[in-house]
Amino acid sequence: MNTTTSGAVLQLLLGEDWLPICDRSALIPGRGVAALLPDGRQAALFVDRGGRTYAIDNRDPYSGAQVLSRGLTGTRDGRAFVASPLLKQCFDLETGRCLDDDAVAVTVYASRLAH
Amino acid sequence: MPETTSLPTIVVVGHGMVGQRFLEALAKRGTTGRARIVVLCEEPRPAYDRVRLTSYFSGRTPDELSLVEPDFMERHGIELYLDDPAETVDRTTRTVTSRAGLTFTYDTLVLATGSYPYLPPVPGRDATGCFVYRTIEDLLAIEEYAKTARTGAVVGGGLLGLEAAGALRGLRLDTHIVEFAPRLMPVQVDEGGGAALLRTIEGMGLTVHTGVGTREVTTDASGAVNGMALSDGSVLAADLVVFSAGVRPRDRLARDAGLRVGERGGIAVDERCRTSDPRIFAIGECALAADGRVYGLVAPGYEMARTAADAIAEVAEGAAEFTGADLSTKLKLLGVDVASFGDAHGAAPGCLDVVYADSRSGVYKKVVVGADGSLLGGVLVGDADAYGMLRPLTGSVPPVPPEQLVLPPGAGTPAALGPASLPDSAVICGCHNVTKSAITACATLPEVKKCTKAGTGCGSCVKVIGQLLPAAGDGGLCGCFPHTRGELYEIVRTLRVTSYASLLDSHGREGARGGDGCEICKPAIGSIIASLAPTLGLSGHVLDGEQAALQDTNDHFLANLQRNGSYSIVPRIPGGEITPEKLIVIGEVARDFGLYTKITGGQRIDLFGARVEQLPVIWARLVAAGFESGHAYGKALRTVKSCVGRTWCRYGVQDSVRMAIDLELRYRGLRAPHKLKSAVSGCARECAEARGKDFGIIATAEGWNLYVGGNGGAEPRHADLLARDLDDESLVRLIDRFLMFYIRTADRLERTSAWLGRIEGGLDHVRDVVVNDSLGLCGELERLMADHVTGYRDEWAQTLEDPERLSRFVSFVNAPDAPDPTVRFVPERDQMKPDLTFLTLEGVSAR
Repeated sequence: MNTTTSGAVLQLLLGEDWLPICDRSALIPGRGVAALLPDGRQAALFVDRGGRTYAIDNRDPYSGAQVLSRGLTGTRDGRAFVASPLLKQCFDLETGRCLDDDAVAVTVYASRLAH
Repeated sequence: MPETTSLPTIVVVGHGMVGQRFLEALAKRGTTGRARIVVLCEEPRPAYDRVRLTSYFSGRTPDELSLVEPDFMERHGIELYLDDPAETVDRTTRTVTSRAGLTFTYDTLVLATGSYPYLPPVPGRDATGCFVYRTIEDLLAIEEYAKTARTGAVVGGGLLGLEAAGALRGLRLDTHIVEFAPRLMPVQVDEGGGAALLRTIEGMGLTVHTGVGTREVTTDASGAVNGMALSDGSVLAADLVVFSAGVRPRDRLARDAGLRVGERGGIAVDERCRTSDPRIFAIGECALAADGRVYGLVAPGYEMARTAADAIAEVAEGAAEFTGADLSTKLKLLGVDVASFGDAHGAAPGCLDVVYADSRSGVYKKVVVGADGSLLGGVLVGDADAYGMLRPLTGSVPPVPPEQLVLPPGAGTPAALGPASLPDSAVICGCHNVTKSAITACATLPEVKKCTKAGTGCGSCVKVIGQLLPAAGDGGLCGCFPHTRGELYEIVRTLRVTSYASLLDSHGREGARGGDGCEICKPAIGSIIASLAPTLGLSGHVLDGEQAALQDTNDHFLANLQRNGSYSIVPRIPGGEITPEKLIVIGEVARDFGLYTKITGGQRIDLFGARVEQLPVIWARLVAAGFESGHAYGKALRTVKSCVGRTWCRYGVQDSVRMAIDLELRYRGLRAPHKLKSAVSGCARECAEARGKDFGIIATAEGWNLYVGGNGGAEPRHADLLARDLDDESLVRLIDRFLMFYIRTADRLERTSAWLGRIEGGLDHVRDVVVNDSLGLCGELERLMADHVTGYRDEWAQTLEDPERLSRFVSFVNAPDAPDPTVRFVPERDQMKPDLTFLTLEGVSAR
């Protein structure tokens, strides 16, 4: 769990290393951004109103398009989620589980804000 | 006409509301496929809604009053002869002969000849300028004659008389009503109700004379009406007289054929609507029912239609019988609600009245209660909202004390009686005889209408049906807000809320406050704030500040997301008019960026396949060439299509292109609960397909007709006429009001067609609000639109000027210049299309 601090940098845990991605200021609560990872995968990064950061795979498993970063986020039963901008399936931002279909999930990355 | 068919022949005489209902009932029972069906109709047009005849004066055309689906007759193989009434029935040869000389042999004959207006035996009643009020033709004749008349008098202050008075008032005549009884609507309402009605109607500027008869219609030298001499010795000047003093059953055919008729008229029938000749049936206002009464209301007529159809189709089980009907009725006469049900006059021995009257507001309510406490009947004038609840309760002991049935809500009463307290067997829709249990078996109002027909007759039960249906949860917008979109609009407007977060924290559900909302309420509230932005003093740009996080991806990137993650671009082309230079720019842009181009249905050009980071570069080219955002991505005005109009077309009567451009430029950027489409046609040929639009305009010789609530898509609907022959200025003013009223009251993602179908009172209510200003809202609606028009800025031009906004158009936050490698294209028909196989290689199967 991280809190907002100005000048902070968002990092993702890839293998054993924390990879710096962007300044905290590049994120708006409720709106995601996409990041290109060294292995060619893409991550969708989010921050909520409380300043907590989340990172999941950017690929919408239903369409195959790399668009989850462009979905709308929200809170359902106290848990953060993003709705795919294509066909609106929702994914839990902490577990990656699809809230509309138990059999589908996306990869989750650990994230933190560092100085 | 030679008879060649071996199928049994059913001849129907009369094609009014009941005749048509009978045909529908036959079709439903499959009889239309097993018999030859011939219909003889006296009027020059198929069945229409006689009950709503007066709505012609508020803009309904005769076609719109039609009750017959355009292909109904063909689909069921029914032969309909218009303008050719039956003249004689010969029971020995079993033949019917029409006025034109056609002769049909019947196996079964159904008489649905209706009734004729009663003309009191006063001298001068046939003078030029005397009319009856029964058919569209009567109405057209009155309209024509009224052009040279100033004062009109209606003889008869009953239901039809008040309808006719409404018509004369609609024709702007100085209108008088002459009623012989001591009060208006003597059959339906009691003295108190009549007094309330009288005050309200006189308040509208009509003059009512009660307790006087008509002695003579006086004429001038040319034989035209110039007044009436009344029984009290007074003289009333009038240029036009309408007799509406009741109706009589049209039973002449039956009399001539020797069928049994009642002493005071009406073709005598049994419980199955069979006359004294078992091959002949009679239904509707021409029939004398088994209980010895003639019914002049449409609901009993429909019931008889069903009964006769059951008998003719030989329905074995549960066949309907008609043994009498409830005369309960709810009407809006001259804009006043009037309802009467059960024992309205308290005729039962030992019964007691409970009355509430408020002369200031013209409200009168009375319920009649039996000695055992059961509800026997009642009268409601001025406010008949309770009718839908009270009528089904008739005959039972209400679950609350009777005074609570008439007191206005909040007047010292606990929670009002809700429809939940009605028994399952209570009949909610009197027109179609639908019970509460049949309604609660459905989930939505459209489903109720489709499955049970409830609510499709007079519509008085729609409110109660709505209350019986399971609300979507508690009717709130989503899991975050307990309010509807309309309520949230009012909260934002009146409390001047400018941020989603503050609205969620102040008005959200307990558990949702402080959270991040959801994908349903964010764009909905984003749209409300955007609609009100000029009024709230915000810049209104959808990318600004916190607003940015509320928008669906399309509004966020001002483009339409396509299935491979690329976007499409639609520049605005107002009215579909474009110069060659601009066309060339679009072509060059598409060529230079490798975009797929397609002409849209809205007379624009869609450019597909742009990646996020290309959008600003492409738009810089388009804006430089004079293009603006087309808002194809937003719940906003899309396009106003047009035909080429009077300028070029030899049929055109107005300049439809200019009007389309004016309207598109006026309403561009207007955020709404759903997308808005429009079109303008230059003549009645309607090449722009305006009646398939949310608001459509069709040119007339005099100006413009405005239609609203049309839709294409999955549930096509023709738009309804809101007003006719408007000049430019009135047209724009009316559209301003209509759009703002829609934006204010519609639900999230509710198109105008669904909205019109849902809101109480439907089109008539909307017309009252936006044309007659019944809620006193029009000034404010116009101001809101004026704010929008002055506040409009092109979103793309604004975005290009602002580095902060532009910074969002990057593919990757950590590699802003790297294109997304998964957005790939393959060639097809000399253009390119998304490479979907590449995308789905490792995906779960998409829907």
